[in-house]
Amino acid sequence: MVESKYNMAEEIKVFRSWSSPFALRIIWALKLKGVEFDTVYEDLTNKSPLLLQYNPIHKKVPVLVHNGKVICESLVILEYIDETWKQNPLLPEDPHQKSNARFWAKFGDDKVSSSIWSDVLMKEGKEQEEGISASMENLKYLEEEIRGKKFFGGETIGLADIALGWLAYHLVIFEETLGLKLIDQEKFPSLAAWKQEFANAPIIRENWPDRDKLVTKFVVMREANLGKGTPK
Amino acid sequence: MAAQPKLLGTLPSPFVYRVIWALKLKAIPYEFIEEDLTNKSPLLLKYNPVHKKIPVFLHGDKPVCESMIIVEYIDEVWPQNPLLPNDPYEKALARFWVKFAEDKATSVWRMFRSKGEELEKTKKETQEMLQTVEEHGIGEKKYFGGDSMGIADIAFGSVVYWLEVIEEAVGEGAVFEAHRFPRLHAWIKNFKQVPVIKENLPERDWMVTFFKNRREALVGSA
Repeated sequence: MVESKYNMAEEIKVFRSWSSPFALRIIWALKLKGVEFDTVYEDLTNKSPLLLQYNPIHKKVPVLVHNGKVICESLVILEYIDETWKQNPLLPEDPHQKSNARFWAKFGDDKVSSSIWSDVLMKEGKEQEEGISASMENLKYLEEEIRGKKFFGGETIGLADIALGWLAYHLVIFEETLGLKLIDQEKFPSLAAWKQEFANAPIIRENWPDRDKLVTKFVVMREANLGKGTPK
Repeated sequence: MAAQPKLLGTLPSPFVYRVIWALKLKAIPYEFIEEDLTNKSPLLLKYNPVHKKIPVFLHGDKPVCESMIIVEYIDEVWPQNPLLPNDPYEKALARFWVKFAEDKATSVWRMFRSKGEELEKTKKETQEMLQTVEEHGIGEKKYFGGDSMGIADIAFGSVVYWLEVIEEAVGEGAVFEAHRFPRLHAWIKNFKQVPVIKENLPERDWMVTFFKNRREALVGSA
């Protein structure tokens, strides 16, 4: 065990990349709870030995290290954070409401985000059209769930908001880059309103990644996926 | 007095069994409602409109969907014989492995549905998944949960027991080899001997026949 200079200080380290929306969830959660932490930025094309040691199974960010305890997988880390630092809870007390929040976070990751990313943003032509169609079906469910609420978590930001958060910023930027719109105000008014609310919320708005850098990275990834990548 | 909770499901779905095991381990009485997935009931469509899948757990008139979300819900509402430890870090480890099972064990179901080159590919994926769990997940513990069963045991129990059956039903070489996965073999043996589990496992020979028939319908004769 490493001896700390600061005997009373807790070790709280977040391994992230500048662009990962999954790692961003952890940043938000800790900052929403006013927890101080250290950040280790990873270059995912050149992963540090420490990252590989801490996450040998997935070799991904985010990783949270809390007093020597290593936790991987963003949704797992979020629940750990919520149970360890109880101020500004991300999950409700009521077991049914809690399971509902978990349901929407899982739906976000398993269905919404994966289909938008793989079948819309990384595709073109007819394949993209089909992807857009399928994504619209998923977005309808989100629209129904958010209707009448400020956040998926109710009055305050919760687990599902954090899991779906990339829709309020990253997706907007990618949509503009491609000249398409998935979450438009007419078709999904409640979801569009949530996007505004979330993107501009305190803490959230201060931690979005740089827009131009994100566009550049997205274009490179898209071209690589479409097989059009030109060597630099 | 409140009505019994209801479990909507079909057998022998491994996802349904996860919920059955959680309920039985805690001795919670419930009503099982058998669903015909070729003709989904209004109840199923009402309570799981998003996925239209089983299992669905109904407590009062409140639905909970997604098998491992249901298991955690059950653990929170009925705390006897806990399936999760108290310590947040130990909880995180259990949840990590549950997520691993959810994400990676799809190779087992895909193996079941494939043949030829695709079958070889999914067999390899399944073995890689098993290798990771063998090396990093179970360690020298009796169960993933330590001395007693937990959510990761439930998640993997449904994967590995069904894998053993599917391996036999597919009949194209062993996947879950004892010499390659000694820890997992010891673990599944312990798992199947837990009285509640033993009494609530679908009968193996019946399962093999069931899956052989289904496989033939899906991929044709070998």
